[in-house]
Amino acid sequence: MRAMRATLRLGARVGSVVALLVAWELLARSGLLTPYQLPPLSIVLARIWSDAVAGDLLLNTWVTIGRAMVGFSIAAAGGVALGVAMSRSALARWFFDPLVSIGFPMPKIAFLPVIILWLGVYNVSKLTMIVFDSIFPVIAATVIALQGVERELIWSARNMGAGERELLWQIMLPAALPQIMTGLQVALPLALIVAVLTEMLMGGYGLGAAMMKASRFADSVGVFAGIVEIAVVGYVLVKAMALIRRRLLIWHQEAAEPA
Amino acid sequence: MKALLRYSPLLILAIGWELVSRLGLVSGDALPSLTAVAAAWVDLVRDGDLVSNGLASLYRGGAGLALAIMIGGTLGILMARWKPVNVIFGPIVEIFYPVPKTALIPVTVIWLGLGDRSKILLIVLGCMIPVTIGAFNGARSAEQVLIWSARSMGADRIRTLWDVVVPSALPELLNGIRTALALAFILLVSSELITAQNGFGYLIGSLGDNGNYDAMYAVVLTVALLGFAADRLYQVLMHEMLIWRQ
Repeated sequence: MRAMRATLRLGARVGSVVALLVAWELLARSGLLTPYQLPPLSIVLARIWSDAVAGDLLLNTWVTIGRAMVGFSIAAAGGVALGVAMSRSALARWFFDPLVSIGFPMPKIAFLPVIILWLGVYNVSKLTMIVFDSIFPVIAATVIALQGVERELIWSARNMGAGERELLWQIMLPAALPQIMTGLQVALPLALIVAVLTEMLMGGYGLGAAMMKASRFADSVGVFAGIVEIAVVGYVLVKAMALIRRRLLIWHQEAAEPA
Repeated sequence: MKALLRYSPLLILAIGWELVSRLGLVSGDALPSLTAVAAAWVDLVRDGDLVSNGLASLYRGGAGLALAIMIGGTLGILMARWKPVNVIFGPIVEIFYPVPKTALIPVTVIWLGLGDRSKILLIVLGCMIPVTIGAFNGARSAEQVLIWSARSMGADRIRTLWDVVVPSALPELLNGIRTALALAFILLVSSELITAQNGFGYLIGSLGDNGNYDAMYAVVLTVALLGFAADRLYQVLMHEMLIWRQ
């Protein structure tokens, strides 16, 4: 019964996606819209295939994913480190707390022209922008998570002779991991959004740049090919992150709940 | 006094900024002094550039966000209460959720050109998803007992939806809208940076292209502070709207 239900649910999901794709093809062929406004899916897929054969697709995908992941990793490591520093040192908390509380809700993207002015339009400025945008949710999640670690856990560890370092690595961070992971899950899509955007605005290689180039030449098949490619990349990255969460937190009670 | 102490690091940064550019440690182009930026800001306000471009952005952002909240909120609540709606739209929302929203900029330009309408559509499409998810999660958590009671006391479906489901969905819905608010700023500024004839993003881009860096910094800081202020204001509003729950 349960297996049948799961199959049914999967069927409904696949069905609705297929219906969406068929609707796209039919709408594009119906003549209600010009091929410029909505090129048929089949033609867009053919374009993606020819890009893939030519090797452009692999190169651009690789550049965009690489850029987003490098920026995300720096933001993750830096954000957790800063969060730990802020919850352990009063000085760090005094200095960074107002900066984080103001910086988090700011539209950091407005600083893009300033970053270009300082660092040019190449990789360094794109990475800086990605880190700048995606570090805040990680810092905030880490600080809140560490604050929420149960006092009894810390007391017991201290009582059993754990040093400061052991306390941090073996008690505090694992206990805070679920919430830190949530922060990382917010940061990852942000990193990708900013990676695509910086490529659009600064050019170079990458899926965003390729899409912008197509847009400048009024090549609407290229634009739609770009959005499909970027959507797939986004979907895969977000799903991979959810999978990593499940693996890392297999010991945690949230893994036992039906998802 | 307490606030002053709390925000003193910002003061230190501001003084540091002023010193670094006054002492000539970096070129005045790369980092104009804070006082020069403030002077440029006053000029921008006086000749009306900041206000007129700001109003253009406000219109786009406000219209887009309002539509996103109406459409997304309705969709999310319907998805939670009527199964067929969820079966049809659930997977679509799930697919569009991880799409980097900025990638929609060229698509909306193809559909609606370079003017206001394409930017409004972009904000609607981008901001709808978090609102939908918030409304969906919130409405799903509405207690079934409350719904049954309302029905048995003679409320019809629409009435039950409005009086029982919407209020219980409110906390999560309002949280989704907060995410959407931040996204709206990002999408607005980035789409204006790419293609626009007016608006904050356009103003930043054109001032930068003309090498008028004092004024460019002034607009960048204005947008950043507006984003911050909007979020704070929204939090106050959210608190007011949820006060009945305590």
